[in-house]
Amino acid sequence: MSATEATFPLSPEAREIRGPSAFGGGLRRFLYLTWMIGLTEYRLTYFGSALGYLWSLMRPLMLFGVLYVVFSQVLKFGEDVRNYPVLLLLNIVLFSFFADAATRSVTAVVENEQIVRKMHFPRIVIPLSCVLTATFTMLVNLVAVFVFLVAYGVDPRWTWLLLPLILIPLILLTAGAAMILSSLYVRFRDVSPIWAVLSTALFYATPVLYPIDKVPEDFQRVALANPIADLLQQVRRWVVDPSTQGAFDVIGGLPWLLIPTGVFLGICILGFVVFERQAPQIAEQL
Amino acid sequence: MPAPHAAVDVRNLRKTFRVPRQHMMTLKERALHPFRRAEFDELRVLRGISFQVREGEFFGIVGRNGSGKSTLLKCLAGIYRADEGEIRIAGRLAPFIELGVGFNPDLTAHDNVVINGVMMGLSPAQARGRFDEVIAFAELEDFLDLKLKNYSSGMQVRLAFSLMVHSDAEMLLIDEVLAVGDASFQQKCLDVFYRLREEGRTIVLVTHDTGMIERFCHRVLLLEDGLVEMSGDAHEVGRRYLELNFERRAEVPGAQSEGGDAADVADVWIEDAEGKRVPAVAHGEPFSVCALLDVRERIDRPDVHFAFNTDEVLNVFGATSRAVAANDDEPFLPGERIVVRMTSENALGDGRYFVDCSLHGAERGMIAFRGRACEFVVFGGTTGSGLVSLPHTMRVEREMERVT
Repeated sequence: MSATEATFPLSPEAREIRGPSAFGGGLRRFLYLTWMIGLTEYRLTYFGSALGYLWSLMRPLMLFGVLYVVFSQVLKFGEDVRNYPVLLLLNIVLFSFFADAATRSVTAVVENEQIVRKMHFPRIVIPLSCVLTATFTMLVNLVAVFVFLVAYGVDPRWTWLLLPLILIPLILLTAGAAMILSSLYVRFRDVSPIWAVLSTALFYATPVLYPIDKVPEDFQRVALANPIADLLQQVRRWVVDPSTQGAFDVIGGLPWLLIPTGVFLGICILGFVVFERQAPQIAEQL
Repeated sequence: MPAPHAAVDVRNLRKTFRVPRQHMMTLKERALHPFRRAEFDELRVLRGISFQVREGEFFGIVGRNGSGKSTLLKCLAGIYRADEGEIRIAGRLAPFIELGVGFNPDLTAHDNVVINGVMMGLSPAQARGRFDEVIAFAELEDFLDLKLKNYSSGMQVRLAFSLMVHSDAEMLLIDEVLAVGDASFQQKCLDVFYRLREEGRTIVLVTHDTGMIERFCHRVLLLEDGLVEMSGDAHEVGRRYLELNFERRAEVPGAQSEGGDAADVADVWIEDAEGKRVPAVAHGEPFSVCALLDVRERIDRPDVHFAFNTDEVLNVFGATSRAVAANDDEPFLPGERIVVRMTSENALGDGRYFVDCSLHGAERGMIAFRGRACEFVVFGGTTGSGLVSLPHTMRVEREMERVT
């Protein structure tokens, strides 16, 4: 063989390598990976602590305990809100799902630098597996919430079965936020402190501690522009207090409801687009 | 052996990295200097590379540091997106370029094998099914319940290598695998390389090690400054690679010199049989070690020593001119430039050697010394181990018939 060599016909099964992408490597592999990594992370989070899985329950319960004492016993807030303790607990579980998943995913891509830089890996698995991990925690917590609900004396209703209609949009929204945050963090490390402040602000701006009807009437629509607020109000009607109005009625009908819907879709689509665009370059920017 | 089809076809591949001169990382800097465009240095890592790898070929990529070989491998693996050019590959790739990527130190071997298997494109069930084979090959049966962080680095590499071998990939891209692991496992890896080679799996190996290239590769690509310097026969390319390596390193790091008033060791070098300076000598070939001496004072009964060292062993071999050189009694005179040449057939084993040179005189002790004055590489040694590779034959004889 010499330096000038004959070229050979390319094997017919050859395909072009276009470089990394969000989903690279096939849909099946993407699904398996998200599932395996999300599950593993969930197992690892509480592994090795004495209370194990109980911690995933304890955290929202303790937060609930503190907030309940402060708002219900000290500030005498919520006396006129029906089933306030249950509502508070449910809201905390749902909101901490969003906050935990988003916070986890901020640094996720950078923390998995090795994988991103040394392996052909569907990048979108990284934020999505964070969301999945938080979803497992939320599902375990929801079981506790419903036990508490019955123990508190709320009668089970058929509308409880509608819960997935709340959870699915919430999970999608969270995934959108996770994708935006994790891909932005690769370029701007400021995202981490900004998000720390922003998520706290969001916690108070969203009707978690208080129901929407405690908000001055003029501001209710503003508060409900946040899609999480609408989801929490709807779950309150379906699960905790059937006598309250649904999100649809509170916000004032269809045209108004388009605002949170738009925000919701905007975050989901933007998250996907940003991540998809960023994905091919992530390995180089790390 | 090469099959008539090409498994990899790369055409005119280009990749440029833009390295910001001031790293505009924070939003604050963006906000303070909204109109300042970030300045970039363009780092043209791959500047138009074309080559083919044939089906079933063991293909080597060599190049000095910064020549672009790792970037090329990352483009092949789909980790970087090429700026220009086409890469087409037939067959499933193992997605790694390094062993042990994607291991989670907090998990046991079992969980890691399953997750890594999934990363390589197996289904979780398939990955679980292969667990026993993987562990058996890695010889880790006794450590199943240990978390990976408690494994030694050698054990981790064994597990990773075993996983790679047991994946379904039709084509392997490997970046410097054998840097770790103990000798016996390295041997096992080499055996696997032989086996994969015989099986006709397509393998692309990036390495620094000319020994590996000559032992395994059917063909080799040599990269230099982002261009294909040469491709083809492993032996020729390996030789060219060594030359490139040493052209740029005239000064041997760690060289120490003690000149006296009386004389200096001005230069030390290696020559091949034709008298050409070379950086490397094939085993069994005649070669010379030469020293140039600048003499300023008369030296009676001069004696020049050469000592061959490796990084580990001092004085692998020493030679002295006194009582060996025919004209050894003539004094060196002021103003003379003297060349001392030791010629031998190369019996050294594969490896890197350093030469110390010193000049001694009657009743004066050592006059001049130059440590690590020159460095050279021996390659092409036959089987066997050790610092020397003596010409030898072997026979197996039976003294008497074994009674069964």
